[in-house]
Amino acid sequence: MKIRVLVSLKPGVLDPQGRAVHHALEGLGFEGVDDVRIGRTVELDVADNTSDAALTEMCEKLLANTVIENYKIEKLD
Amino acid sequence: MAFRSAVITFPGSNCDRDMAVALEQVSGTAPVRVWHGDAELPDNLDFIALPGGFSYGDYLRSGAMAANSPIMREIVRAADRGVPVLGVCNGFQVLSEARLLPGALMRNASQHFICRTVGLKVENAQSIFTSGYEAGQEIRIPVAHHDGNYFADEETLDRLEGDGRVAFRYTENCNGSRRDIAGVLNKAGNVLGMMPHPERAVDAAHGGTDGLALFEGAMKALAKA
Repeated sequence: MKIRVLVSLKPGVLDPQGRAVHHALEGLGFEGVDDVRIGRTVELDVADNTSDAALTEMCEKLLANTVIENYKIEKLD
Repeated sequence: MAFRSAVITFPGSNCDRDMAVALEQVSGTAPVRVWHGDAELPDNLDFIALPGGFSYGDYLRSGAMAANSPIMREIVRAADRGVPVLGVCNGFQVLSEARLLPGALMRNASQHFICRTVGLKVENAQSIFTSGYEAGQEIRIPVAHHDGNYFADEETLDRLEGDGRVAFRYTENCNGSRRDIAGVLNKAGNVLGMMPHPERAVDAAHGGTDGLALFEGAMKALAKA
C-alpha cells in the first residue's frame, strides 16, 4: 500500500524558507503570490494490513514534529 | 570523589571531543565516551553531555534521528532519575526532539548559518548548570548553527518564563528565537538545552572563558547535593 504523508508547518509558525522563496518568485516577476509555505512529502510503501493507528503513530513519533508541524496521511491506492 | 561524566557521540557529532576536553579540564577526570548505538550508560553518572554537530546529517529534522537512537532511551531514563543532562547546539535539538525539553529549533530566521560569539544574559542563576553565574550577568559564548531559532507556542513560553526555565537569553537576537531564548531547562531543572557552545569558551586561547563557570558551577552544585 502506497502512503503519502504531507508535513506542513503549523499556521502561525514563521517559515523563513517559504519567505525567501516568496521573495524569489516576486523577483522573477510573478505577481499576486500572497504567501509561500514549504513542507515535506514522505512516501511510504507499507504492508496492506498496516493500520491507520500505526500510520498515525509513525507521524507522531518521527515523521512530523507536532510542536511545529501538522501532517496529513493520504492513501494512494 | 571523581566526577563521573559521559559524552555521547552520534554519527555526525563534531563537538564531542571539545566537550570531553572541557569536562576533563574542569573536573580533572576524563569523561566516558559513549556511542549512540550503545544500549547502556555507565553506572552512577554525575553528568551527561550531548554535544554539537550534525547527527545523521540533519536528515528529516535536526536531531530527529538521534532522538530515536538506542542510547536515548537510557538518557531519558537517567534524566527522569535526576541525572544532569546538558545538550549543546545539536544536543539541544536532540533533547527537544526527544521531548525532554519543550519547543523546537527551526531554521534561523535569516536562513544563514551563523558562526560568531554572541552576548547572553543569564536569566536563572539557580539551576545546576547556571549556579556559577550571577542572575542578570552578561557573558559571551560562541554560536555556530543553522537551526537555532527557538519556537514554542505562547502558552508554553509563558509557562517557561513563569517557572524560571529560561536559562539564557541572547542580548541581541541572532536567529529569530522566540523571546530571545538561547537556553531552556526542563521542569525538574536537571536538563538544559542551549544553542551557544560553553565548551568553546573554557580557555583563554578560545578568545574567552565565560563557559567555564557553567561546568565549574555544575560540579560545585553536584558536590554539595
